This record gives sequence, C-alpha cells and structure tokens, in this order.
Amino acid sequence: MTTANKKTLSHLDWLEAEAIHILREVAGQCSNPVLLFSGGKDSLCILRLAEKAFRPGRFPFPLMHIDTGHNYKEVIEFRDQRANELGERLIVRSVEDSMKRGTVVLKSDDESRNKHQSVTLLEAIEEFGFDCCIGGARRDEEKARAKERIMSFRDEFGQWDPKNQRPELWNLYNARSHKGENIRAFPISNWTEMDVWQYIERENLGLPSIYFAHQRDVVMRAGSIVPVNVPLASGEVINQPKAGEEIINMQVRFRTVGDITCTAPVISDADTITKIVLETATTTITERGATRLDDQTSDASMEQRKKEGYF
Amino acid sequence: MSNAQHNDSLLRFMTCGSVDDGKSTLIGRLLFDTKSILADTLTQMDRTSKKRGLETVDLSLLTDGLQAEREQGITIDVAYRYFSTGTRKYIIADAPGHEQYTRNMVTAASTANLAIILIDARKGVLTQTRRHSFLAHLVGIPHIVVAINKMDLVDFDQATFEKIKSDYLNFAEQIGLQRAGRDIQVVPLSALTGDMLVDRGDAMNWYEGPTMLELLESAPAAHSEQNEAFRFPVQFVCRPHASDNHDLHDFRGFMGRVESGEISVGDAVTVLPNGYTSKVKAIQLGDEKLQSAITEQSVTLLLEDEIDTSRGDMIVKSSEAPEAVKQISGMVCWLSETPLSTARTYVIRHTTRESKAKVSDIEYKVDVNSLEKLPSQGLAMNDIAKINFKLAQPLMVDSYSKNRATGAFIVIDESTNNTVGAGMII
Repeated sequence: MTTANKKTLSHLDWLEAEAIHILREVAGQCSNPVLLFSGGKDSLCILRLAEKAFRPGRFPFPLMHIDTGHNYKEVIEFRDQRANELGERLIVRSVEDSMKRGTVVLKSDDESRNKHQSVTLLEAIEEFGFDCCIGGARRDEEKARAKERIMSFRDEFGQWDPKNQRPELWNLYNARSHKGENIRAFPISNWTEMDVWQYIERENLGLPSIYFAHQRDVVMRAGSIVPVNVPLASGEVINQPKAGEEIINMQVRFRTVGDITCTAPVISDADTITKIVLETATTTITERGATRLDDQTSDASMEQRKKEGYF
Repeated sequence: MSNAQHNDSLLRFMTCGSVDDGKSTLIGRLLFDTKSILADTLTQMDRTSKKRGLETVDLSLLTDGLQAEREQGITIDVAYRYFSTGTRKYIIADAPGHEQYTRNMVTAASTANLAIILIDARKGVLTQTRRHSFLAHLVGIPHIVVAINKMDLVDFDQATFEKIKSDYLNFAEQIGLQRAGRDIQVVPLSALTGDMLVDRGDAMNWYEGPTMLELLESAPAAHSEQNEAFRFPVQFVCRPHASDNHDLHDFRGFMGRVESGEISVGDAVTVLPNGYTSKVKAIQLGDEKLQSAITEQSVTLLLEDEIDTSRGDMIVKSSEAPEAVKQISGMVCWLSETPLSTARTYVIRHTTRESKAKVSDIEYKVDVNSLEKLPSQGLAMNDIAKINFKLAQPLMVDSYSKNRATGAFIVIDESTNNTVGAGMII
C-alpha cells in the first residue's frame, strides 16, 4: 500500500471534530433545537463538545432533562451543578407530571417509569415546539442503534421508522422537518464506550460520584446486582428488597446511569477515571448487557422502544 | 509497514458483498479475532445459533440487524460497527450487496477510505463484483482490497487464486481503476477458518503478501494523499456581543470544519461568494488557540477585517479559489422510491449551502451490471446517471475527483424533506 504522508487527526480528535461539526449543523439548520442532558457520562461529553463548538458564545439551544423521578440524587445534583457552571438554561420535565395529567398510566406502582419517558419527552417537544433533540446515543450500544442515522427523522408521533430512514451521505446532513415532526441528532454516534472514557480522561471532565467505585447495599435478583433502599432527593426511599432477599454491602460502580429501577451497577474497585479506562479495556460484558435491566427482555426491545418514540 | 506514522489513527472502511460471499462471517471474524466481541454478545449469538440448529457459533449473527430484517432474512440497511486494535480504531460501514441496494452501497462508500470487495473463490469475478467495483470507483474510494474468500472450499489452491486475481486486475484496468490512481490489493482468505484475516494460518504458505488486518492497519487514514486546496464552509457565525464581557464585543468567529487542505494564522483568505479578502487573525478550538488547522478539524476562524459573512459562505485561500457556478454536471445516484421528475424543482445541498435546482438534461444512465451508457428520460431508485442541473444560487464547487467535500452534493425533495439523490460533480 502507499505510505501515508499527510497529517491526520488522532482518533479522539477526529471523533471530537465530527461531533462539533454535527452540533454546528444542528444549530445552522434547525430553528429550535434542544440538548437532552441527563447528567450521565455521554451527555457530559456532549456538553464539553458544545463548549468547544460554540464558545465564547452561548449555546444556541437550552438543555432539557426528562426526569422519571427515580434518578440517583447524586446525578440530579451533578446535573444542576453543571448547568449552573455553564450558565446555560436547564428545562426539567418529569414523568410524574405526565402521570398527574393521566397521559402516563403505570400498570402497577412498582412498574419502571423508564419507558414512559417517551411520553413526557413528546409532550415537552410539543410544549416548546422543538424541531430537534440532541442526544448522546451511540451506535455501539445496541444493534437497533447501529443502523440509526446521525440525524434521525421522527414523524409527528415521535416514531422512528427503521425501514424508511433518510439516506445520509458524506457529511451532508439533512435535518429538515415539517412542523410537528422532529429530528433526533446524535453527535457521538460513532463513539464507543471506550472512546467516551478516553475523552473524559483527556478532557478531565467531572462526573457524578456513582460512576466511581463505592460501597452500596444491593441484592442479587435474577443474576443482576440490584441496588436497594435507594434514597431519592425528595427523601423517599425506593427499591425495597423483596421478602427473602439478602442485602449485601458491595463495592460497585455504575457504567451507565439512568432510572434507578432499571440500571444495575457492576462490581468494581475502579475509583479513578484512569482505572475505569483500564477496566473498560479489559471488560468482557457490553455496557447494556451488564447494566440495563430493560434490554434483556428480548432481542428487539430497543428497536421496539425506539419505534414508540424513545430516544 | 511502520505503524508509528498513524499511531492511534482512525480508518473508515466498507465491505461489499452479499451474505453468500461470507461477508457477515468476515466481519464477525475480524471482530472476534481482534477480541471486540464481548461475552454476553457471544452468549446471545450462541443461544440463537443453537435455536437455529447450528453446532458452532454462527459469526454472521453479529451483523444480524433489525427485527424487520430478521423477519425477512435479509439486510436492508447500512449498519455501522466498531473495533480497535490498539494502534487504530475502525469504523465499518456494512452495506448489503444486492443489486436493488445500490443506494446503500453508495451511502456506505461516501464516508469510506477503503473498500473490501468480496469474491467467492469458487465463483470468481461475477457481475456483482463488477458492480461493487464500479460503485467504489464512482464514489472515489482510494484503497480497494479484493478479498478472495472461501479458499478452504477450493483446497487453498494457489492457481485458483492467481486466476481470479488476474481476471480482476484485467477488469480493473478496463474500468480505469489503476489509471485513476486507486490502490488495489488482492488477498486470499477464509473467513470461516480465519486464514489470512488476522492470523496467517498455515494453509496458504504460498502467499507472501500482507494479511487482511495488516492491509487495514497500514492503509493511509487520509482520504487523499494529494495536496488539496483549503476549503472552509461556514456553518455558524458566533457573535456574542450581548455578553457582559466587553472584550467580546467585537468578536466575530466563523465556525466550521476544514473540509480539505490546511490553514495557518496569517494566511490570506477570500470569502465566497462575495469575494472579500482578509487575513486569518486567529484559529480557535474552544479556549485553545491554534497556529494552524488541518483537514477534518472543526475550528473557529477569526479574520483581521470585519467582513459580513454567514452560513453557506466559504472561506478559501486567495491563491486557490474554486469556481462559483450556476450550472453543475454530475453523476447522480437516485435514492428515492419516487422517481426523479425533470419538471420539478429540487433543493441541492452542497457543503453548508443550499440552492434550488432543476434538471436541464439527463445525458445518460449507467447500467451498473454491464457498465453500458444508456439513453434515459427519467430516473428510478438505484439508477445512476449523468445529469446537468441549473441552479438558482451559485455554488463554489470543485470536481469530485479533486475534492470529495466540495465535489459532493445531495438532492432534497422539499415536499417530504427526504434526501432523494446523491451527486458527484464532474
């Protein structure tokens, strides 16, 4: 093969440059975008990318979190702190409000609210008239995501139609939509979990404490580690152990954070980002496989949820 | 073949072939042998293999995508996959190979710098091999690796390999691959047994060339090794004048990505289409001040003079400005189920700029199997044709063969907002 003479970007610089380009395309093409920000590691990367894309200006979009009400208080506190430091506007809409409105009805009190976020998200999109939501989904997470576009079109019901996606060529993104429809934009589509951790390490990004190894009360339930007696910001305590379950105090950390009822920690002693990068390099289980209790139901659960408007 | 030069670089490549050529097995094997498949994925594949009555894990299940596809037993869309070898990160665009999926191949090819074209050693160069090669050539992929797969089924026979290799190179000569400067490598392998993929194995000691992975590791990461002109389409203009910080009162940053070439502080630039000239005062990436920026880097440019510039403009070096044109001629792949209408007005998006456009004429259509040029009145999905467009607004273009970023465009149908065509300027 021919020898390479030209200077090229390192893989992290390339991924960063691509993500900045995508964020600026959203800002240039959409009239009312919003950045979905949960306080999780992927969305924290996107905030740093947005700083690099738009500073010294303000972000050309607000931040928004769809809160199930069942999030770790460490994450919620970190979310608020980060939005404050950046001086950007944070909108919070909660699944509990949708429940009060009667648009979300749980089958039982202990049903996970995770999949109901879609309803609250669609209500918020309508309330503010957003034409694009920027999110931190990655194609390496799951096989339905592997085929999703970087600018992914949703119809007026928020539905993704995997068989009818817009072709996406070169870096000529098409973020057009008619009123009522919207675009989901994924600037870190091409990043893997490892890239995210390497970027966090390189950029020295702060993270909610629960990403690092800590002691926690858990029970073993159907092969997964389930955190129990978790205190919420409101003071309420959720995830009571079931009768007969033995509470174990374990050293764990979260590889992904989300709704408490469907996010499981992993056993780990990684208490620094460098140790987490090492652990990620040697892990034998995929991020979602290890930690998402909601994806294990069937081969197609993520695809199904996305068709219903999930992120 | 030193890796030092492109340590920690990134290579995007595509695979062309159908399931029958062992494409899914090849990708599965690459991921498996580079230890990119994790235990739970493997367990799930194992479970599915058993359910389908197989005795060993079917590596092709890894690329088994959507429920809709599983139901039909076919692949209908481009899937992107990732692996890393420690020295390099890879993004694979996995495109279905059937004739009716020309549009998917073109899509996958648009971001690839290398194409793996699969040939079944039992069958040799087929019509689909020609089609894949033509498309990879059309979309300008600089490196082509012809993988002669299933060597295990021809007893790893050298003569079979040499025959297919020479057939292929003859064909490549005919369509002008070598003339266009494409780098062509031919490698024998068995995706099933893994020979010559990551490990050499011991069945083909007669082959002394590089393995598939060595070819991937050594291919240049840059799309073009030629010096390209500096092209900087403006994506967004940053004017934080409302901020409390008085230093920023006159800040005017032009945000975009260096699509080609390089730029340094002090370079003389021209802003098109207006033609104003100035000099680069500063280059920024977030808080960082840079002396220069290279291809594919996203930065903010500050100019010495106050110039009224907005999204859709292009900053270039004054010494190498492109043409601003109101007519373009290009090879277009039609992507939509709705045929092209010569009566309608479309939108063409080129870099960050858009223009209304009408077809002035269709010169010819290419039969992707025979590569014959045919007269044509219209264009249906998967057709490829040479088309001339009239534009309402000028575009600053280069020919696609000279510059992928400023030679490419997409066609948008405003009634649906769908992307209906992909074009390469001649």
